[in-house]
Amino acid sequence: MPIKVLLPTAFTRHTDGRKQFDSAAQNLPGLLADIDQTFPALSTQIKDDDGKLRRFINIYVNDEDIRFLGGEAYAFQDGDEVMLIPSIAGGSL
Amino acid sequence: MNYSCSRYELKCNECGKRFGNQPLSACPDCLAPLEVDYDLDAVRGIFTRENIAAGPASIWRYAALLPIPDGFQPDLPVGFTPLIRATNLGKRIGATNLYVKNDAVCFPTLSFKDRVVSVALANAQRFGFDTVGCSSTGNLANSVAAQAARLGIKACILVPSDLEPAKILNTQVYGARLVRIDGNYDHVNRLCSQIADEYTWGFVNVNLRPYYAEGSKTVGYEIAEKLGWRLPDNVVVPMAGGSLIRKIRKAFQELIYLGLVEEKHVRFFGAQATGCSPISVAVKQGTDDIQPQKPNTIARSLAIGNPADGPAAAKMIRDSGGWAEDVSDVEVVAGMQELAETEGIFTETAGGVTTAVTARLYADGRISPDELTVACITGNGLKTTDALTGHYEEERAIRPRLADFGAYLRELDGTQEPELAAAGAIHAN
Repeated sequence: MPIKVLLPTAFTRHTDGRKQFDSAAQNLPGLLADIDQTFPALSTQIKDDDGKLRRFINIYVNDEDIRFLGGEAYAFQDGDEVMLIPSIAGGSL
Repeated sequence: MNYSCSRYELKCNECGKRFGNQPLSACPDCLAPLEVDYDLDAVRGIFTRENIAAGPASIWRYAALLPIPDGFQPDLPVGFTPLIRATNLGKRIGATNLYVKNDAVCFPTLSFKDRVVSVALANAQRFGFDTVGCSSTGNLANSVAAQAARLGIKACILVPSDLEPAKILNTQVYGARLVRIDGNYDHVNRLCSQIADEYTWGFVNVNLRPYYAEGSKTVGYEIAEKLGWRLPDNVVVPMAGGSLIRKIRKAFQELIYLGLVEEKHVRFFGAQATGCSPISVAVKQGTDDIQPQKPNTIARSLAIGNPADGPAAAKMIRDSGGWAEDVSDVEVVAGMQELAETEGIFTETAGGVTTAVTARLYADGRISPDELTVACITGNGLKTTDALTGHYEEERAIRPRLADFGAYLRELDGTQEPELAAAGAIHAN
């Protein structure tokens, strides 16, 4: 049940320029574990010192904020588009 | 796309890293919002009461503490709106030292957004953008469209599709490209951050956000100057994204640091509509963890369910010893009517929120009657007349005769005055 993960340009310096990738993660904790493995530098960028997702990142599933869907408990559906966007996104270095 | 300036530059609020001046809103490392940081000591001899008094009657009198690129020639007389003593409103709500900051008459598009847009567009020009845009709940759309037209820059503006018709029209009339999005503001805002990622456009509240937000400080400077260079005890501010209330505090802090006002502990009070109240809920619960909401309120200009500056605003309000309140849509309309009936100020729904919350704060004893309190009115009622639909009867027309007029008045007042009626009948012939 792959999901498609979409990233903003600000994150692509840690993903060899890739702005999207597929993941077999079942839920948000699974996706973060997947990122840990596949893009460790990105993982460092999006998590704080305690290993938790930084509070400045919003996660959307098919246009909906994941917090409206149950947050970490939400079970990804086949074909879900999952977007990671900084809460005040915009611009690139 | 960057420029250097010795007076100010972008700095990360969290990690402290500096970025010069460029169209960038979040720290690439820790993703926290960037803020314009000033060398306040460099303007100590420039940003003085005397120099400000000698400046134009607009926000540009405070240009030394705005992120305006060197060589920029301000054009429009934005801001410097009235601060009026609200004696009549005060009598109604139990306040004896209440003022209203009236941005319902801000130039050029009748909301406080004119302040932020003028600062953002000065930077958009400096960065060389030929197209600017924004995500907007209406007032920002109006202001970007108008000021971009004046500067000869193309504008592409994205709004939620259910916006008030007046705010749609007030954007289209300036020739801006308007894109209505089938979703709420938070959907629009997210799309804009994606667009800013793909297109080389200057979005005033996305990649130009740090510069844009600084324009809000001018509300704070004006309050202090118009009070005779002193700070109020309390400020009541409407909250959408949560930026304005923080920037008013930043302005006060700068004035204290530079010695233009005496140090004073000002309490900040936030106002929201209950139908979209993520920040006031957080303040009441004693947390700065903002839980997003799906907005459902007539106060559409405040309908941001996932406010970008919400966590910082909630923390700042509590640290100041202030509070946040939210009011129902019925109270919003009553607040609009109350401000119009007492002070002759017709404000939009957001101003109804602020007025109703101010009344609540006095009623609950959170603000004492004699404390110097300023309520910030940020927009004009002519843009949200639909909120008042059904609240006033459409009166029938009467014949152009004095007798008919007299009879009509008595009918309205529910009185019978036969002698006057008789006299009126004679004159009518």
